[in-house]
Amino acid sequence: MKKTGSQILCESLINEGVNTMFGILGGVVIPFYDTLPQYPQLKHILVAHEQGGAHAAEGYARATGKVGVCIATSGPGATNLVTGIADAYMDSVPMVAITGQVARSLIGKDAFQEIDITGITLPITKHNYLVTDTASLAGIVKEAFFLARTGRPGPVLIDIPKDVLTGLAEFNYPDRVSLPGYKPKVQGHPAQIKKAAKLINESKKPLIIAGRGAIISESYNELKQLAETAQIPVITTLLGISSFPESHILSYGWLGMHGMAYANLAVEECDVMIAIGMRFDDRVTGKISGFAPNAKIIHIDVDPAEIGKNVRVDIPIVGDIKPILQNLNKAIEKQDHIDWISRMDQLRKEHPSINIRDTDFIIPQYVIRQIYESTKGNAIIVTGVGQHQMWAAQHFWFDKPNSLITSGGLGTMGYGLPAAMGAKVACPDENVWCIDGDGSFQMNIQELGTIARENIGVKIAILNNGFLGMVRQWQELFYQRRYVATPLSCPDFVKVADAYNIPGITVKNKIDVIPSIKTAMETEGPFLLNFIVEPEENVYPMVPAGASLSEVLEEPIRKVRCK
Amino acid sequence: MLTTKHTLVAMVTDKPGVLNRAASLFRRRGFNIDSITVGHSELPHISRMTIVVIGNSAMVEQVRKQLEKLVDVIKVADVTEAKTIIRELALIKVNAPSTTRSEIMQIVDIFRAKIVDVSSDSLIIEATGDEDKLSSFYNMLRGFGIKELARTGCVAMIRGGAKSAAIDKESLKDIQ
Repeated sequence: MKKTGSQILCESLINEGVNTMFGILGGVVIPFYDTLPQYPQLKHILVAHEQGGAHAAEGYARATGKVGVCIATSGPGATNLVTGIADAYMDSVPMVAITGQVARSLIGKDAFQEIDITGITLPITKHNYLVTDTASLAGIVKEAFFLARTGRPGPVLIDIPKDVLTGLAEFNYPDRVSLPGYKPKVQGHPAQIKKAAKLINESKKPLIIAGRGAIISESYNELKQLAETAQIPVITTLLGISSFPESHILSYGWLGMHGMAYANLAVEECDVMIAIGMRFDDRVTGKISGFAPNAKIIHIDVDPAEIGKNVRVDIPIVGDIKPILQNLNKAIEKQDHIDWISRMDQLRKEHPSINIRDTDFIIPQYVIRQIYESTKGNAIIVTGVGQHQMWAAQHFWFDKPNSLITSGGLGTMGYGLPAAMGAKVACPDENVWCIDGDGSFQMNIQELGTIARENIGVKIAILNNGFLGMVRQWQELFYQRRYVATPLSCPDFVKVADAYNIPGITVKNKIDVIPSIKTAMETEGPFLLNFIVEPEENVYPMVPAGASLSEVLEEPIRKVRCK
Repeated sequence: MLTTKHTLVAMVTDKPGVLNRAASLFRRRGFNIDSITVGHSELPHISRMTIVVIGNSAMVEQVRKQLEKLVDVIKVADVTEAKTIIRELALIKVNAPSTTRSEIMQIVDIFRAKIVDVSSDSLIIEATGDEDKLSSFYNMLRGFGIKELARTGCVAMIRGGAKSAAIDKESLKDIQ
């Protein structure tokens, strides 16, 4: 029996294990939405803005490792997805974005709400498709999901003309894909693994840098075994946070522009660097010529194009991290590296980096630490982008695997609220906290409506300093305090939340911080905390843009009155 | 590092937009294309691209890997160091009144080119060869006044029995 394109799409999604989608309908996707009631196993969450839908799909994907799905109509619906797709591309998030397109006969005619979304998303998708006939739809959906989740994950877009959705075709869901140009390598080359093991076994000052690849491949145990067997200190990238428990004795925080000074200094001193599932972003390396000057670099990554892209690599190993680490661990000798570890401890003692000073007023670092204490670390933290993001990454202790969801590569302000919404939908039993800034929060504030309607129990903590804080910090440090366009005028966030029937509290006094967090946790459903914090607090340590990691600025002396 | 011309041979699936994807990648990553050609290959549903790119070897290796990452691209080989035959075709329309016509015909002969169209005051010449030969031929004709030039860009093939960009049998099985 023949089925419509819409039915084929629904059944293909079900075949791929999809049960939740985030989207907004519009003219050309009505046929698909019209079919949805036939498939109650597909839950559709109506978002307020397509960008929110794309970030929600990302949050869903990052919390579960499953492919996130978002849907938009043609034209502005599709272009509104673009930021979310770009974000997923930069952070290797598995996502399938489905967009409606005008009917085939209208393509190329500049029809109402016609836009070349496959052209627009060409450089920000792993692959994309314009479906030209109903019979090819099922095969394309199969390929899209396969591409999105395998190898280095990423977003795939499927653009479907309206008459392809209404057209009829036989439905046979294919059991395999035919992609001769796509064969991600799984096993690392044994000779390379052997060489790497030899280098590690002979090293005096080895250092592991774990990136998001370690989380995507769920190599938590393998990573721990490698570190413990050879007593190798572990630092992570921002996106690698929570790949290795931060309270572990071998954990030395994370590196980069706002990473811990001791982590950055260790990079300078190490003699062998084992880079696992990371891509040497400029925010991680600082000035390339000054990066790890004394180290031989082993780079393990599933994407061959990452090898040697930004830094010279001595031993590349291309493949899936998990089996590579399993094989590497077989060849690693027990070591103690007592001198190196005590040197690391000394660095940490001399450059404490993340102490929180005692104040009478509320500083944002204190709020983060109290959220950590109150949740006992048992939470998924989702952030926006800016100062609050760095403080969250610094002052929350991430022991739980995959517990930080943050926009790294693209640095998308407005990511926090919708991504937290997606994460909470994916993991309803987890404590999901959206830690956001007042600037970032306002960029997708409309998703409060979605959260209220669907009763998504996200706890929102806004660190409200009345500025676009990170830019203000740059203006203070590098532009002689000329605060152009950074002071914000914010609405009363608690009143806004109240308008959506979401309860909230504004917290102005330090003494109220802990009780307010407790109230948020004890309240069923969503809750908003608006923390009025010290407006001109800076994020330290900081490696200025273009400087080497060793040129890290630490908190000025006057402030180091540690608790 | 030394900046030189590199010749890449890419085998790609014959899907709409594949040329666009490749060209867009060069633009987006700031790589400089000297020429790009695409046409059928010996395999059904597989096209062959020849891309001449200017850069140092590390950069070209990055280009090669990024190209190979495209889902529609099956295999990319840098054949610069191999012994290759590289050919390009040019059509040149040159001024040729009776006073200079025989001189032009002699030059055409020396370069083993062909006259493919004659009119009272012009000739169209078809020439093939590698880039150097076509450039010197063009320079020889310049004095006569060139009305039009069209060049195809290079195609390349490795000498001997080996394939320029061999695709493994497993992949071929998937191609319908």
